[in-house]
Amino acid sequence: MTAREVILARLRAALDTAAPLPVEVPRDYRRDGPADLDRLVDRLTDYRAHVHQVAEAEVADTIAGIVPAAASIVVPPGLPPAWLPPTVTVLPDDDLDNARIAAADAVVTAAAVAIADTGTVVLDGSSDQGRRVLSLLPDLHICVVHTAQVVATVPAALARLTPRRPLTWISGPSATSDIELTRVEGVHGPRTLHVILLP
Amino acid sequence: MRIALFVTCLADTLFPEAAKATVRLLERLGHEVVFPPGQTCCGQMHVNTGYQAQAVPLVRRHARVFDPYDVIVAPSASCVGSVRHQHAMVARRAGDVRLASRAESVAGRTYELSELLVDVLGVTDVGAYFPHRVTYHPTCHALRMLRVGDRPVRLLRAVRGLDLVELPAAEQCCGFGGTFAVKNADTSTAMLADKMRHVLSTGADVCTAGDSSCLMHIGGGLSRLRSGVRTVHLAQILASTERDRAVHERAELVVRS
Amino acid sequence: MTRTFLGMPATAPKGVGQLRGAEPFPAAARRALADAQLRRNLGHATATIRAKSGAVIGEVPDWEQLRAAGSAIKADVLARLPELLEQLEAQVTAAGGVVHWAADANEANAIVVDLVRATGSDRVIKVKSMATQEIGLNEAFESAGIVPVETDLAELIVQLGDDRPSHILVPAIHRNRAEIREIFLRAMPGVDPALTDEPAVLAAAARRFLRQAFLSTPVAVSGANFAVAETGTLAVVESEGNGRMCLTLPETLITVMGVEKVVPAWRDLDVFLQLLPRASTGERMNPYTSMWTGVTPGDGPQEFHLVLLDNGRSAVLADEVGRQALHCIRCSACLNVCPVYERTGGHAYGSVYPGPIGAVLSPQLTGVADNASLPYASSLCGACYDACPVKINIPELLVHLRDQAPHPPGESAVMAAAAYAMDHPALFAAAQRATRLRRLTGRRGQALPPPLSGWTAGRDLPDPPTQTFRQWWASR
Repeated sequence: MTAREVILARLRAALDTAAPLPVEVPRDYRRDGPADLDRLVDRLTDYRAHVHQVAEAEVADTIAGIVPAAASIVVPPGLPPAWLPPTVTVLPDDDLDNARIAAADAVVTAAAVAIADTGTVVLDGSSDQGRRVLSLLPDLHICVVHTAQVVATVPAALARLTPRRPLTWISGPSATSDIELTRVEGVHGPRTLHVILLP
Repeated sequence: MRIALFVTCLADTLFPEAAKATVRLLERLGHEVVFPPGQTCCGQMHVNTGYQAQAVPLVRRHARVFDPYDVIVAPSASCVGSVRHQHAMVARRAGDVRLASRAESVAGRTYELSELLVDVLGVTDVGAYFPHRVTYHPTCHALRMLRVGDRPVRLLRAVRGLDLVELPAAEQCCGFGGTFAVKNADTSTAMLADKMRHVLSTGADVCTAGDSSCLMHIGGGLSRLRSGVRTVHLAQILASTERDRAVHERAELVVRS
Repeated sequence: MTRTFLGMPATAPKGVGQLRGAEPFPAAARRALADAQLRRNLGHATATIRAKSGAVIGEVPDWEQLRAAGSAIKADVLARLPELLEQLEAQVTAAGGVVHWAADANEANAIVVDLVRATGSDRVIKVKSMATQEIGLNEAFESAGIVPVETDLAELIVQLGDDRPSHILVPAIHRNRAEIREIFLRAMPGVDPALTDEPAVLAAAARRFLRQAFLSTPVAVSGANFAVAETGTLAVVESEGNGRMCLTLPETLITVMGVEKVVPAWRDLDVFLQLLPRASTGERMNPYTSMWTGVTPGDGPQEFHLVLLDNGRSAVLADEVGRQALHCIRCSACLNVCPVYERTGGHAYGSVYPGPIGAVLSPQLTGVADNASLPYASSLCGACYDACPVKINIPELLVHLRDQAPHPPGESAVMAAAAYAMDHPALFAAAQRATRLRRLTGRRGQALPPPLSGWTAGRDLPDPPTQTFRQWWASR
């Protein structure tokens, strides 16, 4: 018998000795609700993300205000070029190696979905968000979200996402509470998160 | 109303004042109390210590003895919890389906004292008088097994002369847990130490609860400290009136001397 | 061994992994209770998480509906476990992953060690995972000459301190900042000798220390919080970003997962991604959740292995009452509300699974005889049941397992005698009178004989009354 056969036989035998009744899962929990932008901003801010609510034409200026002049910024291939201020050094991801990504000052990405209830943005690897490593190694992550991408709840977000894409759910900067339950923002992931919220 | 008293083995043997107070209180409220004599113990100690098979005759006895009564009361959340949440299970595991359904039926008619007073008899002011500073410890089985909620507190608030002070971290277990206090005596003592610290911080002179078992534990600790704080069962407070106060106090002097 | 025997539910083997303690709970607890620093650290930490978690659970109007759904989904998983695992395997394979099956800890360790060796690396980075601690994977790596690097801050503290984790979620909960600083100064290569004990400074030291390992190690090992059978998607929830590093940077990713972690459908994450962060860290959402399905060309590890682990779970599944312990999503809410855990800490439980859930899971994984004291490590106060986001009735399980545990012979005799007397009212009355005569107790406050002496060590016995209730009733 292979280990696979052994395990499946054991599990079937376990269930045979006392067969469980079929289960009906109650799904009367909240699926969706109004996508409340104020709540999203409140919850992002509560978890130490910086939020900027601006018009799309102001994205480049907003980013220029966040990063130092002449900052090097990693950029996924599909990011709208108009979002980038002219003062920065753009590092487009044409298979950048990890050391170069890690050495960059910041990364700018779009997002797939944002969740108001939890203050979460989700990246799904689309061309304006790029490979997972891009938003991981730089110390500063700037994420641009459209209002139309904001949903109220976790179930509403899952309904919009494609499971087979690599997904990264981000709620504030990286953090740890491992020392005396004191929350420290910034461990291995980006230590600073800015969310630019477009109409 | 005719009410059968499920005295519990602990109150019967070591804390009869709690049981006597239950009788006095219910009679004062105009009800008839009967004591089915064949009762002994609900078997909780056996079940909780890992001896379910030996609890079966006790479950059977309890169901037989109390089946004839429409309303059954016990001055113990823990023992009512055992009747309600364990008896049918013990019977079913022993393969006795008839006993399980009889036990369920009895359980449906069995009430902890504060449940009986508030839900069945519809009273919160029982006309009691107890001029002391009192803190109430919600026992785990009252709080989480029976969910008696604020019923005991509502009863206590209506007691004349009683100064009710909130117990900090009230929902934390006192550390009794039946044979837990013996098998894990050190951990139990550590839990008790915190409970006593909280009781003493209230400045109350009486700590009350609906279970003699937990009160025995807390009271045993407070007594060892010579703290001067007494433990008194909820039934005894509710049974106290201005009229019998003098008698009660005299009796107490005798007990404590 | 016959084929039939191989296919019967089996407990976790001895001699490997960390499911069995070296001594019974009361003995280990006694030592922990005497450690004032430990008591203070634990009291502070558990109170802090309780308050945080209570606040964010209070924000959710449908918390009870989510608990009910979570519990039902897990019951459904167990009822259909074989078919769901086959579905998961098919989906992961279709997405470019390789699925391995490990009947026990030894098989799992051998599979993972071989997979790491195949990469040619003598070092592996690890995301915190209960399953790999359970099977003793780090010890297996070390025997094979492979260096495992724990990347979760708390696990790093434990590893550098040559210590054992004591909490499911916060493994170094028993250490305070001063102790952590000392551990880093002593054991972290290249650490700044001017290190202070500020949590932010200590976290930054770990960041610097681990960065190079993340960027240069070609293989990582993780656990999994959830695996979706319908899509083949795996999910890891974390806070620090070490998980993202391990799941993204290496060329090879090996995930070890207990078979019960599978969930049927994508929409089941509706429930668990709400329950888990609020019940565990007390956050609305943990900072990072990573989800991946097999291999994504051009993004992340290009080789993915999923190891499905039994190691006693089939034996748990075979117990109709006990199987609900497999609902556990490792949130550790039960630890944080447990009055026993709060005072003894996790080490007293011996197993990697401490606290109330450990007291019901470890004895079932090993067989009750090997962890016989754990089902008694509870006052049955019920706080764990109320806190459990998937409604595991831990008090019911404790009582169930006590019934299976081996009993001390003296105790059995006493219990039998008590049950006999209690079923014979005349004998019962006689026994009551004996109590009244203080045959056992002697004078007020005197000690009871063993094994009851533990009780009287710290408490006075009540004065026996002059008459029992039934005597009073008869005399009315």
